[in-house]
Amino acid sequence: MNKAIRFIPLILVIILGVVLYRGLSLNPQSMPSALVGKPMPDFKLTTLLDENKVVTKADLKDDIILINVWATWCVYCKYEFPDLIDIVKKEGITLYGVNSKDDRTTAKQWIDKLGNPYVFSMFDEEGSLGLDMGVYGAPETFVVDHHGIIRKRFAGVINPNTWRVEFKPLLAQLKQERLAEQGK
Amino acid sequence: MMMSKTIKLKTVFGTAIALISYLLISFSSNASPVETFKFKDDITKVRFQTLTKELRCPKCQNQDLADSNAPIAADLRKQIYAQLNQGKSDKEIVDYMVARYGEFVLYRPRVSSLTYVLWFGPAIILFFGAIIVVVILRKRTTKEESSELSSAQQQKLEQLLNADNDSADNLPKENNH
Repeated sequence: MNKAIRFIPLILVIILGVVLYRGLSLNPQSMPSALVGKPMPDFKLTTLLDENKVVTKADLKDDIILINVWATWCVYCKYEFPDLIDIVKKEGITLYGVNSKDDRTTAKQWIDKLGNPYVFSMFDEEGSLGLDMGVYGAPETFVVDHHGIIRKRFAGVINPNTWRVEFKPLLAQLKQERLAEQGK
Repeated sequence: MMMSKTIKLKTVFGTAIALISYLLISFSSNASPVETFKFKDDITKVRFQTLTKELRCPKCQNQDLADSNAPIAADLRKQIYAQLNQGKSDKEIVDYMVARYGEFVLYRPRVSSLTYVLWFGPAIILFFGAIIVVVILRKRTTKEESSELSSAQQQKLEQLLNADNDSADNLPKENNH
């Protein structure tokens, strides 16, 4: 009994070591969004390309969609653009943009120059939709399911690799969910 | 003449040091962002300061909102300011932030099943620590008591001593303790 007690400190230190060691490999930046599992927030904004056209949540397709937050002040968004265009073409996904806290003219020039991966982009000049979505930078991409529920938030650049790892499995799963519900 | 000169030099030197240290201190305190908010009263001002210190910047995770220069922190400060002016309560503002950025933005996490360890862990560890200390101390005192002789042992000792005294009176006294 006494001998066992003598080993308790050693065991505690080993447990602490394992916990701390695991902490080293965790990425503090990857946080689950508070909005995962909650409905996409309402909004009322103009589109980037047409300042007279007002869009709301009802204008988003009633399907599995992706919403990408971008801006011309965001350096990485420029890298992301060609890949987004490619992925939209290849995978046949529905992608909307949120042009966050940007200048309309500059953003339009970007679209002209780099191409347009989005069905349309909401022009979120004040960043109010961004705030409601819990966005804290760009690029960020959200996956919204066919019930309008946010299922994923991804902070970072989408490229073929992150797409394969982060999005493909989830989209396949969502499609299956939808199929199962239709079958009922 | 000589005397007054050194005193003068000393005061000049002292003032220079004071000035430099003042500048250094004021520069370092200016590292946090400078914004001008006009508050309707002092209570609102204090509430703003408390809220921005209690909420964490989602982008630079080791800074509070008051301290951070990230664009998102500036947005959130403006948001807090606007909501204070709208007459929202502190709880409403904190709930607003938590709904968007998660429990993560709270520097003082709420008590929930996830944070029980955080809240009560130290108290429990302290409690067990105290128990261990008490047990060890008790053991020690009982050992000390056992070094004193029980009455039966005392009797036996005296018997032995007496027997010794009877048989060998010529032995030196100090052996007869």
